[in-house]
Parts: sequence; structure tokens; C-alpha cells
Amino acid sequence: MADWVEACGVDDVEEEDVIRFDHGGRTFAIYRSPDDEYFATDGYCTHEKAHLADGLVMDDIIECPKHNGRFNYKTGVARGAPVCVNLATYPVKVEAGKVMIQIG
Amino acid sequence: MEKKRDYSLVGESTRIAIETGLASAEWYHTDVPRKAMKELMQRSDGPAIRDTIIWIVAILGSAAGIVWFWGTWWVVPFLLVYGVLYGSSSDSRWHECGHGTAFRTRWMNDAVYQIASFMLMRNPVTWRWSHARHHTDTIIVGRDAEIAVMRPPDLLRAALAFTGILDFRYSLPSLVRNAFGSISPDEKSFIPEMELHKVVTAARWHVAIYAATIVLALYLWSFLPLVLIGLPRLYGSWHMVLTGLLQHIGLADNVTDHRLNTRTVYMNPISRFIYWNMNYHVEHHMFPMVPYHALPRLHELIKHDLPEPNPSMWHAYREVWPVLIKQLQYEDYFLKRELPPTAKPYRDEFHALTVPAAAE
Repeated sequence: MADWVEACGVDDVEEEDVIRFDHGGRTFAIYRSPDDEYFATDGYCTHEKAHLADGLVMDDIIECPKHNGRFNYKTGVARGAPVCVNLATYPVKVEAGKVMIQIG
Repeated sequence: MEKKRDYSLVGESTRIAIETGLASAEWYHTDVPRKAMKELMQRSDGPAIRDTIIWIVAILGSAAGIVWFWGTWWVVPFLLVYGVLYGSSSDSRWHECGHGTAFRTRWMNDAVYQIASFMLMRNPVTWRWSHARHHTDTIIVGRDAEIAVMRPPDLLRAALAFTGILDFRYSLPSLVRNAFGSISPDEKSFIPEMELHKVVTAARWHVAIYAATIVLALYLWSFLPLVLIGLPRLYGSWHMVLTGLLQHIGLADNVTDHRLNTRTVYMNPISRFIYWNMNYHVEHHMFPMVPYHALPRLHELIKHDLPEPNPSMWHAYREVWPVLIKQLQYEDYFLKRELPPTAKPYRDEFHALTVPAAAE
């Protein structure tokens, strides 16, 4: 059974932005969309080892800071070269002002 | 003299770079607060639309001048302008749109990227991947596919680069080879297998347009179509080489700090328009997410941590010339640029393979 883990407070992420969350030796990226929803994906780009939390959020896209590879952070779908492999996404819920992600 | 460096992407230097951790390494970055970086990274269509309109109007205007004055000496100034716009400024448009930073709107980046790739005789798929590698492994021998001047330097080759002849000789056969479905081992080393078919398709489009241009020239029995399409890659690429060579020439290789292997040079406004601010090249390599129009602001923010920029292209070439001459005998020699007292020092632990002889 996958566990729900507290990743951050709701105000720790600005609107249309992303932060890094490390847990259990793994790295995740926590997103807050322009319409104030929260999402979570793996923290590293699938192209090369770069922290997506250093990248740019535009609408529903996260752009990797290293080679500008783009993913839809809501679905994890890779949106063109140089990224070809989709990003893993994780369920997110907000409880008592905390952003929780379900890690398998 | 035995050459120490194997610039093949599947050779001995490649093996060493991977084994020692130089490949896909962690690189030095100047600390920039997230808030400031987020602001610098913001995309906007405005500046690139403005610049692209000026660019297209200037290209079409100078092309019209060539057609109008064809057969007279008055054609020369129009050839000079058209050649640089076609053969040089297309490089910076290719570069920025390849990064996806010029415009906010994706299709605008893609459209200008495809047009500029054609003007440069570059396979748009191959070069997208080679440039990604260039950013992962900047001037790492055996990994970087875009090292312009290898060591020991071939000065004749570097001089000929200003004419575009060598690039033309390499680019056109590569397109034809790709069009026939042949992908070289070097190309396969940085292009994922699932993208290889796109290399062939793109090459066939390019070759088809060049073939149509040749047919038109024969039909009209005139060089004019070739002067407008294809040949500007020869007579107009000098500015691209003039500015582009300075990006890394004479500096360190096999290091993981862009302050050691990349150069920022202050340039005149015309060159900066043609080059789309890529004279701020250390800044671009450290933070490739920052659009060209924000690079001057990024430069102001982090210049305390970077070597002093060269005040002009002339200054930079004067600085690099003796280094190249020395490299003819000692290929390990390179220019190690001084950091200001406000900068974080170069980290030795990142540069275990840094070559020993530096000019300080």
C-alpha cells in the first residue's frame, strides 16, 4: 500500500511554480498550477539528471533547466525533444494546509 | 607530435570522459535567488516578434535589392547585408529557437528553428541533439559534438571557416548522406534511436529544396537563385564565425565550470542584434533557460562571480592569438582567466582532469 507523505505547506510553493521535495533517498517536484491546484512528479528530468525544481513552470508545462525539455506536469507526458520519456506522476491531496503526495 | 585528444564521439576520449565522470557531470553555477531566476526565465513573444519582423523585412529587402541590381556593381552592398542576415544571423535564431527560449509560443520557436536550420544547411533534428550534448558536456573532449577549434589548433582551417567553405563542404554532404538514410556512428552517439527517422525526413526536405533551386537556376540560366538560396552560407557566414569562435576558443577543456571554458565579450549593438546577445556566453551556458533578451540583466546580476568580460572582439582575438600559437607546440596550454575577488574560486575537486599548463 502506497503511503501519503507530507511534502510541504500549501504556501511553500508560489502559484505557477515548483519546488523540490526529497524523501526516502528520492527526489520529487511539487507544482502549484496557475489555477491553484497541486501536482507531483519525479524530481529529475528523464533526459538527463537535472532537477526540474530549477526549471520554469508555464501553464501546465514544466521546462527542464538544462536542455529546455518540456513535460506536462499534470500528466507527465513528454512534449518533444530532447525529452522522449514521460515523467512519473504521483497522486496529490491537500489536508490541513499541507500538500501530501502518495509515493508507491 | 602525438595528439593527446581524440575528438571522435565514440573513441578513447569518450571512454575516459565517461569513466572519470566528466560526462554528464555536475557543473558549477553562480548562486541566483529563485525569485530572480524565475523572473529572468520568463518567456515573452514581444521581443522576438519585433526582432523577427525586422529580420524578415531586412532579408526580403536586401534580397529585392540583389534581384533589382543583379548584373551591376550596385548589387554588392545588398549581397553583404543579405549574406550576413542569411548566413550568420540565422545561426543565433537557430540557437535561441532550438532552446525554445526566443518566443513564449512554442510553434513560433519551431517555425523559426526550421527556417534557420535550412538557411544554415543544418539538419534540424541532428543539430537539436548535438546542441543538447554541447550543453551537457561543454568542451568535454570525446563528448561535445560542437567543438569549433580542436587542439592542437588548425589555424588554416580556422581561417577558412570565415569563408564558410569548410562548413559548406561538411554540411551539404551530411544532408545528402542523411537523405539517403545513412546516419554516422558519431550522430548515433547523441541522437536517440526513436528520433533517427526524423533525421532522414528532414534531410530529404532540405535536399529537395536545394534540388529545386538548382533546377530553377538551370531553367533561368542564372546564378541568381543560388545566390539567394544556398550560397549565402558561403559568402555570409563570416560574422557567425567571427562571433562564434570566441565562445570557447583558447580556454580550458575537460572542466566542469563554464567560467573556465566559455567567454563573455562585450559587442557593438549591430553584432548583438545579429548574434541575439549570445556574446553573454558564460551566462547562457550557466543558465540556458534565460531568453536572449534577458541575458544583459543576468550578466549584471552575476558578473561579480565571472571573469572580466573582454571589452571587444578585437581585444578577445588579441588575447587568444598567442594562446593558439603556443598550443601549436603544447596542446595542453590554455588561457585561465582571472576571477574577480568577489567570485567564488574555481573548485579544484571538479577539475581533476584539468590540463596542467595554463596561462594565468
